[in-house]
Amino acid sequence: MNSRLQQFLPWFVLGLLALFPLVESTFYMQLLTKMLIMGIFAMSLDLLVGYTGLVSFGHAAYFGLAGYALALMTPKYEAVSLWWSLPAAIGVCALFALITGMLVLRTRGIYFIMVTLAFAQMLFFVFHDTKLGGGSDGAYIYVKPALKLGDFDLANLEKPEQFYWLALFLMAATYLLLHRVLGSSFGRALLGIKVNEHRMRALGFPVFRYQLASFTLSGALAGIAGYLAAVQYGFVNPEILSWHQSGAVLMMVILGGMGTLYGSVIGACVFVLLQEVLSNQAWFGVAAKHWQLAMGIFIILVALYLPQGLAGLAQKFRSKPVTEVADE
Amino acid sequence: MSDNTVSGESILRIRGLTKRFGGLVAVSNVSLDLHVGEVHVVIGPNGAGKTTLTNLLSGDLPPTSGEVMFEDRNIAGCTSDHISRLGIGRSYQKTNIFLPFTVFENCRLAAQSRTPHALRVFQPAEGYAEINRRAEEAMAAAGLSHRAGRVAATLSHGEQRQLEIAMCLATQPRVLLLDEPLAGMGPHESQRMVELIKKLTADHAIMLIEHDMDAVFALAHRLTVMVNGEVLESGTPAEVRSSPAVQLAYLGGEELLHD
Repeated sequence: MNSRLQQFLPWFVLGLLALFPLVESTFYMQLLTKMLIMGIFAMSLDLLVGYTGLVSFGHAAYFGLAGYALALMTPKYEAVSLWWSLPAAIGVCALFALITGMLVLRTRGIYFIMVTLAFAQMLFFVFHDTKLGGGSDGAYIYVKPALKLGDFDLANLEKPEQFYWLALFLMAATYLLLHRVLGSSFGRALLGIKVNEHRMRALGFPVFRYQLASFTLSGALAGIAGYLAAVQYGFVNPEILSWHQSGAVLMMVILGGMGTLYGSVIGACVFVLLQEVLSNQAWFGVAAKHWQLAMGIFIILVALYLPQGLAGLAQKFRSKPVTEVADE
Repeated sequence: MSDNTVSGESILRIRGLTKRFGGLVAVSNVSLDLHVGEVHVVIGPNGAGKTTLTNLLSGDLPPTSGEVMFEDRNIAGCTSDHISRLGIGRSYQKTNIFLPFTVFENCRLAAQSRTPHALRVFQPAEGYAEINRRAEEAMAAAGLSHRAGRVAATLSHGEQRQLEIAMCLATQPRVLLLDEPLAGMGPHESQRMVELIKKLTADHAIMLIEHDMDAVFALAHRLTVMVNGEVLESGTPAEVRSSPAVQLAYLGGEELLHD
């Protein structure tokens, strides 16, 4: 009974989310879209942090790179086709992750955190200090990408609900992809590396190659999120590459619970929602300007009382009925 | 002194192996041979360089000089994953397993390392009959089948030692480097481990580091005594036992090697 509920729950939630545009306003739909995009971003980082044991503090590099890739690929007053611009943006991120991965994966622990941060900062200054992407002002994407099949419009991304459905589809697809990959021999080897890298090597696993594959996949998936975020705002600037962004996504993963995938999505949703609520001036007045303070307190409380994140809370509730049944 | 009993078909030939840590020579000019069907036991006081020697052979540490010939290839300085894939498996003195995984998953992962399925990223990990079978065989050989579903962290110390060996076996090595497999085991568990190593001797070349003298003389075909990183004496157990140098330096007159 319980496991069946567990099986159907994700599909039920997905169904509810798909129906959301029929009943609600554009504002909430856009907020939800942002949550879904950040969910993809957080899942991509969870692959590294929660499943490979690599704490990256430069994940915004891939998110931002995909956004800039879209901005640079989009002609000024024309739509670019999503069919090739999305794969191209993902490809650029994968390539950048492959190259940086070969270098950063030679370090471990605190050094890994510092070197990933350094690479992200380098990319930040490339876009901040050169004319490539409009410098510190950023660049506009005036026309959203077109999603056509021949001459037929599959979706008009200018319409918020259709863009919302695309984000929902890609979030579900990312989840399913990662779920399958992590259940495979490859995924088990990654977990083994996270738990005991030394022993994996002694068992004959080429650890570096596995880590590099994970790092590349993670960068590529972050690219999906960055692409979608650029489409949503129609605008990119160096801020999307900044270490604040890398820190935010790391907080989403920790908040949700590392190594659970769905926890990352929950973490992303809660983070985005809290950010929205706490910075609402109508509700919090002057305090709204300092929403980071309240957010910080919340994250400290979660870290103290829910070391396994919000997903740990869900597991607590889930395990209760099981023990009750066992007691009878 | 050390080469007089060596026959031609050794699978692992170690010549002049040396490891320096700064000014300290942890392993100094060690030469020995391993043969399939034989247990070569290395004994010596703490700090004699036995574990460092194992680390040099398994690739956990690169040697400073010397060669390790495995089937006519010098593997000295190769990485540990490479050496493992060649067919040289090791167990660790300090239990080194995947504590949060089940016993089966520990062995399955070890068996998986022999088959390059990494590219089939959409196949469930448990879907390979051959890997599962090898994992089960390894558990059975180490006497852990009844613990298959248990999380490794909840096993007793002795069972964790058994798992350590089972994982090593699941990689189907031809050379086994066993670093104090009996450490911290009770008499009953020790007896089982000795039986297991005896059984494995038939189709493996085994290097065993051990302090338990009963086990040493129950298992050893060849015996090497190390002191201060150097080989003091090497030969059959009878030869080593009667060596005056060993009596003096290692045993200090104690009656450890009596019949």
